[in-house]
Formats: sequence, structure tokens, C-alpha cells
Amino acid sequence: MNALSLLAEKLITGKIRVVDLTQTLSPDFPSISLPPEMGQAWPFRIEEVSRYDERGPAWYWNNFSCGEHTGTHFDAPIHWVSGKDLPNNAVDSIPPERFIGPAFVLDCSEESKKDPDFLLTKPFIENWEKRHGRIAPRSWVLMRTDWSKRTDPVEYQNYDETGQHTPGPDVEAVKFLVNERDVLGFGTESIGTDAGQAYHLRPPYPCHTFMHGAGRYGLQCLTNLDQLPPTGAVVFAPPLKIRQGSGSPLRVLALVETQ
Amino acid sequence: MARQPYSDIAVAVPVTVPYVRYSVRSAHWWLARALDGLLKQSKLKKSDIDGLTISSFTLAPDTAIGLTQHLGVSPRWLDHIPLGGASGVVALRRAARAVQAGDADIVACLAGDTNHVDTFRLTLANFSQFARDAVYPYGAGGPNASFAVLTAYYMREHGARREDFGKLCVAQRANALKFEHALFKKPLSLDDYLAARPIAEPLHLFDCVMPCAGADAFLVLSKQRARELGVPHCSLLGTIERHNAYPSDPIQMRAGWALDRDELYRQAGAAPADVDFVQTYDDYPVISFMQIEDLGFCGKGEAPQFVRSNTFTHDGSFPLNTSGGQLSVGQAGAAGGFLGTVEAVRQLTGASGARQVKDAALGLVSGFGMINFDRGLGSGAALLSRG
Amino acid sequence: MVEPLQKPKRKNPVLRTRLPTLPPGSRSRVALGLTAAAAQGRFELQQCADCAKVQYPPREACENCLSVRLSWKRQNDAGELLADTTLHHSNDLFFRERLPWRLGLVRLDCGPSVVAHLHADVRRAPARVRVAARLDRAGQAVLVALPLEETPNMADDRQLREFTCDPKFRKVLITDAKTALGQALVKSFAEAKAEIIWAGYAEPWKKFPGFDELRKIPQVTLLPLDVTDSKSVREVAAEIGGKVDILVNNAELHRAYGIANRSGVETARAEMDVNYFGLLRLAQEFGPAMRSRGADGLASAVAWVNVLSIYALANFPPHGTFSASKAAAHSLAQCLRAEMRPAGVRVVNVFPGPIDDEWNQLLLPPKVAPQALARAVLGALSEGIEDVYPGDVAQEWLARWRDNPKALERELST
Repeated sequence: MNALSLLAEKLITGKIRVVDLTQTLSPDFPSISLPPEMGQAWPFRIEEVSRYDERGPAWYWNNFSCGEHTGTHFDAPIHWVSGKDLPNNAVDSIPPERFIGPAFVLDCSEESKKDPDFLLTKPFIENWEKRHGRIAPRSWVLMRTDWSKRTDPVEYQNYDETGQHTPGPDVEAVKFLVNERDVLGFGTESIGTDAGQAYHLRPPYPCHTFMHGAGRYGLQCLTNLDQLPPTGAVVFAPPLKIRQGSGSPLRVLALVETQ
Repeated sequence: MARQPYSDIAVAVPVTVPYVRYSVRSAHWWLARALDGLLKQSKLKKSDIDGLTISSFTLAPDTAIGLTQHLGVSPRWLDHIPLGGASGVVALRRAARAVQAGDADIVACLAGDTNHVDTFRLTLANFSQFARDAVYPYGAGGPNASFAVLTAYYMREHGARREDFGKLCVAQRANALKFEHALFKKPLSLDDYLAARPIAEPLHLFDCVMPCAGADAFLVLSKQRARELGVPHCSLLGTIERHNAYPSDPIQMRAGWALDRDELYRQAGAAPADVDFVQTYDDYPVISFMQIEDLGFCGKGEAPQFVRSNTFTHDGSFPLNTSGGQLSVGQAGAAGGFLGTVEAVRQLTGASGARQVKDAALGLVSGFGMINFDRGLGSGAALLSRG
Repeated sequence: MVEPLQKPKRKNPVLRTRLPTLPPGSRSRVALGLTAAAAQGRFELQQCADCAKVQYPPREACENCLSVRLSWKRQNDAGELLADTTLHHSNDLFFRERLPWRLGLVRLDCGPSVVAHLHADVRRAPARVRVAARLDRAGQAVLVALPLEETPNMADDRQLREFTCDPKFRKVLITDAKTALGQALVKSFAEAKAEIIWAGYAEPWKKFPGFDELRKIPQVTLLPLDVTDSKSVREVAAEIGGKVDILVNNAELHRAYGIANRSGVETARAEMDVNYFGLLRLAQEFGPAMRSRGADGLASAVAWVNVLSIYALANFPPHGTFSASKAAAHSLAQCLRAEMRPAGVRVVNVFPGPIDDEWNQLLLPPKVAPQALARAVLGALSEGIEDVYPGDVAQEWLARWRDNPKALERELST
């Protein structure tokens, strides 16, 4: 039996479970905010075209609109200035095999609960590897914070007068993952791959700067990371094929082998 | 230049098509009945009628000319006289001059209106541009509101009391009880009058005319022709007509009669004291007060005292509105402007039956019409004599 | 003296809501001059340019000299009530439901006699009065005689309330409480004794300055509302739409760009989404319930206020796309006005000059303080005004625009 037949059989028999890592797209889901004088991404909006009525008697459908970086979404290298000149840096040109990869799930949920500004550090990763093994090349590293369990948008966004407070990686951690572990990309449950206060890091927004600068990807607004094992899951994260797209909302699925 | 006298002008054949409160018929029906009444009573043929005047509020979209085809008549002289309460007097004097000049031999003067359940409101809402712009949106009280304001002012200025207005209403009801076509059949006491519900203060129910459907008509022709036909008739002695008199008066306390009454009496060769009865236009009693004053029966502001010292019944002192007036007969739209004229002809031809004014030889008919904005615009009067 | 208005009893939700009726609304074209002035709170009558005679009712030619050069001019509003009446009967449904009704004939000092509605504090004739032109529920001008001096509880007069949109005891929605204007509006409505004030705020995850202060006002309920989100507008309308008596749409997106100094359409589209489509969404979701409640007792649905901009009349190029979105909103507000009219719900359009806020930072004064603008909105509601131009800049632009719109276009483009 070849590997794909085996996969198919295990999916059918439930030996392999599919975990949906995607937030539902809805206008209620928080959207990213930039200073008001800057250009703004559209939040997700949906308008009914018809619903078995005078606008279309037998059918129901909607128009929706949103920015590329809305809901659970994918960041391509071209999104950041550091990745602007790389080859295959947009969602339409990234080789498709890059959209599938093993997942290493770093559980930072306790730390993030205690400190919403928690920064994932290189020592934290090294410590994690001592328990779970070395992060393999071409893998997704997913930072589990249980941030997705904050269903109240106010708590999820966690703003105060100094801006947003959400966890993320620090500079050294990102450099380590890129340079020494050759990861495919980095994923978070909060609204950015960088921490809420990452503007104050040096350089600012290290995850965007170094991941995209090295041709790696980002996933954000993930959910259900608590249903993944630390190692062993496979993540499917293919964005929409938008010409020269910088990212896109997408459905992120993980395959998990049951015991 | 002195006006030409009316020579040899007869007014005859008073016709009333019995009034009803509401009618499902159109104004055309009522006008047709009126013309038919004229022919039946005079034994004329339709083709003998060569002049026609039409007064109606509810004939739209037709006017007099459309009605000629409707009724199948071919007059050589036609006038549309939508002047409301002034219609009777104005039709009379227009027709008289047509006959006198030979433009027509026999003029049928018709007035008629229908009254559907919603007719009155529609008439008010679209009565005139000024009414639509500047009166109807203010409570849509119609003439009740306009006359309430005039009555309130008159009472304050001249010391009139409700009892004074009531006295006229009560006397007219007594007259109406002897007129078979009056819609009000019950006696009215002053206590009834005073106890009635308010409509537009100071006006109460019996101060306000009741809209209804009906038609009235008469013929104007030469006396010689009348004699040949063998129809009882009276003579036209004098008339006046005036529109928008005293426009700078801040509120209406007088109308064109005050301006023209000397001319009326001069033309007729008569004086107020010679008059045996008066038919005023009486949709509200205050306007009868003004006519009594302006036509010279008492001084300005003296009508309350005049009312207190007269009885106004057909058999009393100063017989007034001897068929009951509109207040007791009903106001059949523009036919309301004919009510006094046909009653005057009846009185002067001895046809008023139980309400006959004894030895009535000289009668005065007065008309008043068209509350265009804040006041009635048209006024007119005619003096008619027996024979 | 008018008795102070008593707080209406709570509505019994199982009883039928009375359907709105309107006073007679038909007018000749020339009479609409009275309406045009009243819509801006002015009492104007036609005056002859040749002989100076003041005319009433409105005419096509001078009653005195037959000149057709009649123009609408402000007039001395003083006069004498000659006679008055109280109607206990009316031929019209609207008034029939509101009897007794008081009116009278007033001789104006400037000449003509006019029929006018009477405020209850006007004494029986003869009495000195001042006459104001007010819009009635049909949106047409009528004349109202008021006492010469202010009287206590004057705004509470039953008849006068038919011509105004007094917020007292009414329930108000302010669509954006995040801005200084929104907060000034909330406070002004609270001072005007509004019964409930719903204060909307978009992006509820961003706490805004003043939030806690608003929350302390007893009548205020803060609720998430984003006029760019049809779902949000629909849900809020489903929750409170059947109760809103006055809706103030002050949600606004304002960026200071023309065409050339901002590439792309995203900013302009965002302005349209809030300023134009926001109004459309609100109108579609809140309009029907408000229309059905135009005669819902003492605290009926009564007004819809749009905070537009004087730039809606003529484009201010440095804020060019914003101006365009406000022009679009103005046009839509005219449509809304036509659709709300059958219910007697007044659409009040406010055309302020530059508001003293962060987006007008670089504009030179004078600018309208948010508090002053809020006062102007409340004033318009209590005076029954339909088009409001608050602030010196708006007044000046309006004057220039009325005089010569082309000239204003040139002046603004330099």
C-alpha cells in the first residue's frame, strides 16, 4: 500500500483526524488596525445578493469583500519590504509544495496568560527542543497561546492607551528559526505574527522583517492549536491564487494521527 | 355714466330639486333635474331655452359648455357662474342684461351640486390657491374656521352675544318648518341652540350650515314673454355686484354691499324701509348681521340691537330667510346661492304657502360668496317687486 | 401657561400603533418659497421690488402694482392677533386626531393678515404675537403665532410639538459616539431630557477616550455599531429600531485628500463606505420602523439627522474625495427625506463648516467646536428646521453659494 492510499484509508477510518485551524470569516471578527492616516485593509464584509426572493427566486448567495490580510490568513514574502525582491514571493508564484508541511507546536499558553506581551525567545525554543526534539527543516512553527479562546473581540485585540498587547516572537527567536532551523514559516493565534508591541523591538516587527526577508511565510489568526500534538501534525495552508497577492484569507487544515 | 334701468325683466318659475344630505348622483344629474323642473313648470320645450347659466362646484371636469351637450341644449348665450353664494344674484343680473339686449329670449339659470360622502372635504382642500396654500393646512376647518374667526371678532367689536345669533337661527327654523324642502324638520329652541356642541369656537352646531346635495333654478325673460307663457313672475328693479371690496381691511367686517347699496336703492327707486322681506346669504349667522348692516337696515355694529328688536319670522317684523335659509334648509353647494332668489320669486308671486309674507311687494335678495383666503370675496344684491 | 410635558407612560406593546397621517401638504409652487425659508428657520414673505408691498398669501404678481418682481425677504414677525378660534371639528384626518386645535387671524405689522396656528400661551385676541414659519409634519411651511416673550415650558405646547422634533422624552440613536462631536451630541441630548440615548461605536475592541464618561450618564447605552457593516446595522436595528424616535447619523470618515495627492481609490472608497453607504444601510434598516411610528403617541418617531458638510454644496479640493462623499450623502438624504415624509418624520440635514477636529487640524479658524455643532443640531430639532448651516464658515459659504455657485467653485479652487 502506497503512502497516499494509506493516508486515504486512515482518513476514512478516522485514524487520521482533520483539525480545522481556521477562524470563521465574519464582520464580527476583529480586523487589523493601522494609524488612521495610513492606508487601511478592508475588514470582512458580506452583502446578500439574493435569498430566494425578488432578487433571485431560487438561489441564495452573497458578495463579500475583505483585504488580503483578513481573518485566518497567509502572509507571503512580498507582503514586507524585506521580501519585495525575492523570487516566487507572491501567493501565485510560491511553489505549491510549500503550502504543506509538518507542524511544530510551541505551547506558550501559560506564559501568554500571565503576560499578554510575552515574547517567545531562543532559549524557550531550545528548551522546547530538549523535550520534543529538534524542529525539522521546511516545517511550520506554530506558537500556541490560546489567544483564539479570547472570543470577546475586546480581549482578543487587547488594546490600551499604549496600543495592542498580544504575544509574539522576539528578534533572536525569529533569526534562530530562519537561520538555524530553516522553517517554512511561523504561525500565531493573534492578529499578527509579531507581538502587539513589536513596533518597539529592534528592528520593529522582526517576524515580518526576517521571515519574509528570507522568503518564509506567516499564518495568523489560527485557532484550535490546542488540538495539535507538539510534533507530528501536517498542516495544509494554500492561499488563494491572487496575481502578485501579498497574502490571502485561507482555510488552514491540520492532519493529526489519532492513537 | 348712469346704469341703464332694467326694463321689462321678469323672473319666474322658481324650481327646487328636493335636497338630500348625500347623493350618489353627479352634479349633472341635479342640474338636469333642475332644467327638467323649469320645463315642466313653464311648459316650455327644451329648444325654447336659448340662454343658460350654470353654477356648480362639483361639475368638474366639466364646465357650462360641456353641460350643453350632456343636456342636449343649444343655447345661443351661455355663462358659467361658479361664484358660490353670489351665484344667484350674479346669474340674475347677467341673464337680465342678455334678455334686455336681445342676446337671449329665455335664460334658464341653474345651480346644482352633488354631495358625496367625501365631496365637501375635497372641495375645501382644492377650493382656491390661497385656501390650499394658506388656510386649509391650518386645521382644515373649512368655512367653519373662517367664520369662527369673523364671528369672534364681530362679537368682541360689537358686543354681539350668542343669544343674538341664536335668535336668527331659531326664527329661520320656524320659517323652515313651513318649507317642504327644508332638510331640518324639527323645531329649534334658543336653549337647544345654546346647548349645542362647539364646532369652532365661538360657533356651535346650529351656527354652521350643513352641506348637502340639491339644485335650484329660475327663468329670466321679458315680462311680455312671461305673460304669453302664463307663468307667474316678479320684476327685477335693481342689482349690485362687487368683488374683493375693501382689500385693506385687516379682517372682514363689511363687504361690497356697504360700497354699493346706495346704487342698489337708487336704481330700484326704493329705500330700505320699503323692503317687505330680505333673503340674506346665511351660511353662518354673523354674515346675515353684516348684510343687515351693510344693506342699510341699521348702522354698522347695530345689528345685535336690531336683532333684539325684530322677530324675523315670515309673519313677524322684518321677515328674513323665509324658507329657513341655508341654516335650516341645507347648503347645496352653489345652489345655496340660489336659495334666496327662488324664495324671493315665490314670495312675490304668492307661492310661498304657509310661510307667505303678507302683502309682500318688494323683496331684497343678497348674495355672498367664496372664502378665497380670510374673507368672502363676492357680494351682490337684487331688489325684486311683485308683478 | 403650558403645563410641563409629563413623561409618557410606557408603551403597551400589544396595542395597535396608530398609523401616521399628515396635515394637508399640497401647495402651489410659489408658496414653496415660504417652505424654503422655513426649512432654514427664517420667516420670509414675498415683497415687491417695485412698490415694497409685502404679500400674503404667496402670489405671482404684486397685489398693489402688478409687478412680478416679488422676492422672498425676511419680515418683521410682530403682529396683532385679531381673532381666534378653537376647532372641535376638522375635515382632515390629521387634525381630527389632534382636536381641539387653536388658530387665529393675525394682522402683521408689515401689512398682511395671516391665518396662523396658535401657541397655547398666546392670549385670547386681541394680543400681540410674533409669527414664525415652521415646517409641519407634511414638511410644508405653516405660520405659527407665538407669545412675544418666552414662556415657561414653551416647547411643551401640544400644538407646537407637532411642528418641532423636541427630544424631550424621546429615544435617540447617535451612530458614532467615538468622536468629540458624537460625545457632545450625547451630552446635549441628555441635557435636553431625552429618554434613552443609544451611543454607537465601531471597532469595539478599541476603547475610545470619553467612553467611561459617557457610561456614567444614566440615559446612555453604549452599543457596538459599525455603519460599514450591514450585519451590524441590521442587528442593531433589530434590537432597537422599533424604539428610535430620533436618529442622528454623525458617523463620518474624513481624510484630507484631493485626487492628485493620494494614489488609489481606497481612502475615497472608505469615505464613501461610511459617509454614503453608511447612510444607505442605516436608512434601509431603521427607515421602515421609524416610518411606521410617525404618530406613535407623545414620543413618536420624529426626526432623522444627517451630519453632512458644507463641502456637500461645493467641492473643497484639498478635501476633495471627502467633499464628494458628502455630496453623495446629501443627494441620498434628499431621497430619504422624500421617503420619510409620508410618515411625518423629518430629515434634518446639517451642513457644518470645518469641525475643530484632528482631520481639520491644518485649516485656519474659524472652525466649529463639536459642542457648538451639537447645540446647532438640538436647536434645529426644537425649532423644527430642516437644513442647518452651523458656524461662520458654513454661513459664509452658504451665502456665497446662494449668490453664485459658479463663483464659489472658482473661489474654492484657488
